[in-house]
Amino acid sequence: MALQRINAMAIIKLTINGNEQSIDVDPQMPLLWAIRDVVGLKGTKYGCGVAQCGACTLHLNGEAVRSCVTKVSRAAGQKVVTIEGLSQNNDHPLQQAWQQIDVPQCGYCHSGQIMSAAVLLRENPNPTDADIDVAMAGNICRCGTYPRIRKAIHLAAGAEQKVGKNE
Amino acid sequence: MNTPTVSRRNFLKASSLTGLALSLGIYIPTNAEEAEIINAAEADSFGVEMNAWIHIEPSGKVTIFSHRAEMGQGVYQAIPQMVAEELEVDLDKVNIVFAKGDNKKYGNQVTGGSSTVRGSYKNLLTLGATARQLLIQAAATKWNVPSSDCYAEAGQVIHRPTAKRLHYGELVADAMKLETPKNVTLKKRSDYKLVGKPLLRQDTKLKTNGTATFGLDKEIPGMLYATVERNPRLRGKVKNFDDSATRKIPGVKHVFKTKMLVFNTYREGVAVVATSTWAALQGKKALKVEWDDSGFEHLSTDEIFKRQQQALQTQEGLSFKQQGDASAVISQATKKLDVVYETPYQYHACMEPLNCIAHYQDDKLEIWGPIQAPEWVQDAISKEMGLDREKVIVHMTFLGGGFGRKAFMDYPHEAAVISKEIKAPVQVVWTREDDATQGPYRPGISYRCEGVVENGKINAFKLRMAGQNNDHWRGGPKDKANRSTSEGFLKPYADGIKNLSIADVPFETPIPTMWWRSVYASTNGFAYESFMDELAHEAGKDPMTFRREHLPDERLHRQLDKLADVSGWKTRKPGEGYGMAITECFASTVGHVVKVSKGQDGKLKIDHVWAVMDCGWYVNPDTIKAQVEGSIVMALGAATQHQVTFKDGVPVDKNFYSYQLPRINDIPPIDVYVMDNDEPAGGVGEPGLPAFAPALANAIFDLTGKRIRKLPFNLATV
Repeated sequence: MALQRINAMAIIKLTINGNEQSIDVDPQMPLLWAIRDVVGLKGTKYGCGVAQCGACTLHLNGEAVRSCVTKVSRAAGQKVVTIEGLSQNNDHPLQQAWQQIDVPQCGYCHSGQIMSAAVLLRENPNPTDADIDVAMAGNICRCGTYPRIRKAIHLAAGAEQKVGKNE
Repeated sequence: MNTPTVSRRNFLKASSLTGLALSLGIYIPTNAEEAEIINAAEADSFGVEMNAWIHIEPSGKVTIFSHRAEMGQGVYQAIPQMVAEELEVDLDKVNIVFAKGDNKKYGNQVTGGSSTVRGSYKNLLTLGATARQLLIQAAATKWNVPSSDCYAEAGQVIHRPTAKRLHYGELVADAMKLETPKNVTLKKRSDYKLVGKPLLRQDTKLKTNGTATFGLDKEIPGMLYATVERNPRLRGKVKNFDDSATRKIPGVKHVFKTKMLVFNTYREGVAVVATSTWAALQGKKALKVEWDDSGFEHLSTDEIFKRQQQALQTQEGLSFKQQGDASAVISQATKKLDVVYETPYQYHACMEPLNCIAHYQDDKLEIWGPIQAPEWVQDAISKEMGLDREKVIVHMTFLGGGFGRKAFMDYPHEAAVISKEIKAPVQVVWTREDDATQGPYRPGISYRCEGVVENGKINAFKLRMAGQNNDHWRGGPKDKANRSTSEGFLKPYADGIKNLSIADVPFETPIPTMWWRSVYASTNGFAYESFMDELAHEAGKDPMTFRREHLPDERLHRQLDKLADVSGWKTRKPGEGYGMAITECFASTVGHVVKVSKGQDGKLKIDHVWAVMDCGWYVNPDTIKAQVEGSIVMALGAATQHQVTFKDGVPVDKNFYSYQLPRINDIPPIDVYVMDNDEPAGGVGEPGLPAFAPALANAIFDLTGKRIRKLPFNLATV
């Protein structure tokens, strides 16, 4: 009985990457699986299911959240941005820096890495190494691309400052 | 190619594959020493299947079929870089697609042993050069000029005296009809435009906006999702199960007992198939399963290492290498070193947990997934399920990490069994917990190292290892030592050490083991290069000088000089916390210097790592640097943070909260250097790993006088 109640379906409205969408899901379903299996956006990754690795990081109302432990019901009526919606043309300063330095190896964790770094840069446009350590310690990269992640965040920070000056 | 009979079946296959295009491939005749480059028509007339590796269409579009999996190591970049160099096309004009698993077409497709470049670079260069020569010949014939007056550049053939030019696409129709030249001239290294340059990878953009398709991202129409609750003791069976709660979960469609082939054993489990991943995950959680764990031992980690070390004290083992008489020298010596090193079981921990899609229909099986060894999957599954080999089609996606784990056939086999049962396409999703607790693992190994130093030189060096042998799981003979014992150990040491003995003390457990990045070198390197350091200190010599004196090899001396140079080794003072080590792995050698210090809090920290890689002829120095950086990070975790422990036959750590991987704040500054030479190409993806742990332990000894002989150890409490 309890299980059936938990699993009752519900219509949930969310704004994903600027598009309003209604999905018919179990409200207990983690946002990760709703985004991947129901909405069909596969850029957000499953890594651990327990908010330990950061591969599933996306933005909920501008905050970096671990979507594997966030119920889809919590996102109802809210704004969700995934890696697919971070920029129009794969040209967010972080994406450009990632490309310029060739950060990824296998690439699996980098949606989450970039989404975490995007919040860091918005809140702290010129982070120190220690700032990067704090903000990025929740994102595991098994290929060990950390030296390049650090370099790319610094590069993107510089690029953002330049854009700011030109404007 | 001595049976030139046209086979109807092959003709159809080749034609449908090639259409109107210049299609060249590598054909490796059975029993032949060297591969031949042939075109599609020749393949037809000889009735052989061609390796369709390169494909130039009349539009000028060039497609390369990658026969190897991309799991982060840069194959996606290295193969086009080599072919485009000799073909004389711009790299951005080249498309790369992953080939389906088929070793008749592509030869060995197993992505392992750091072998993609070192195993096939000559063939790939020759392939590109052959296509270039054909296109030049086609243009020369059209213009009625000598081909020696023509050259190729940026996808065009140019007539030098008149500057006339034709695009490759315009030449395809003519080039297709020409006979494939046999002896093409390869470019000189000094003329390279692409090879040897730190060009950006082609796959990066796909990996910054979420569009790279990994196994878990693949979807097939009508696909269901499955999870499996498997026996936690790594080889047991299902006694019975209660699925009443599982079946109440909306979306759950099937629950049944299933099995998976693990080497020569089956592991049983209960499959839950549902309409979404989430329903399948919940269904798995709600299962109650009773296991049958009879017929094998349930071991704990302490017991495993105790048995290994007892065996090392009482058995000589199977000899792998014997020169002089190390045992005699040791038994007669008044002073000797006799120590034991211990390296743990390790889990691969790919960021993308295992997963696989299978679609079984009408005696045909199609598989999609993150797969390192498509041909092995074809072999194992066709045999296991009674299908013709060509009825098993394997598609490779991007791999979210591999490190050896995804070169295994268990997870595709399990998916195939489930699809066959439910008669529908299915994606089997492994949770992180499944991935962490189901093995196979890198074997935990103990080493006994004995040595005698006389007059500043090693007089006897005796190494014995006791650990599970991966080859035994794959049916290898158990009565002979294999190279497991010597991997990582620099071969020239054998010329510099008079009395040398290397042996394997047989050791078995029911725990399935297999390759983990850099394989045995990852553990041997720690034992042998730590022991080399102990011997150097025993001899009262500088550790780098001591190694030089036992390595009569000029190429290695150049590498050691470079390592000393970049790390400031010669100007350091003893006791400042510098350590070094150098190991060989998959035909490349890597040396590391690590610098450690103690912070004001009294805790040990790594200040810097310098690495020098010698992999001979290479394609992309930036990829090499990235691979060595990553190898160091992986080695750091294995040395100081994580291990697989067993309790009563069950792996203890289930997820990253207790199986702690290195994070960005754990990483010291790393500088990587690559030696420049024209020696044969060696591996790149793995060789950077083994020398790190011993270099770190040797640095700690230099700083603190404390010798670390067991991994992993806690940096904070040394």
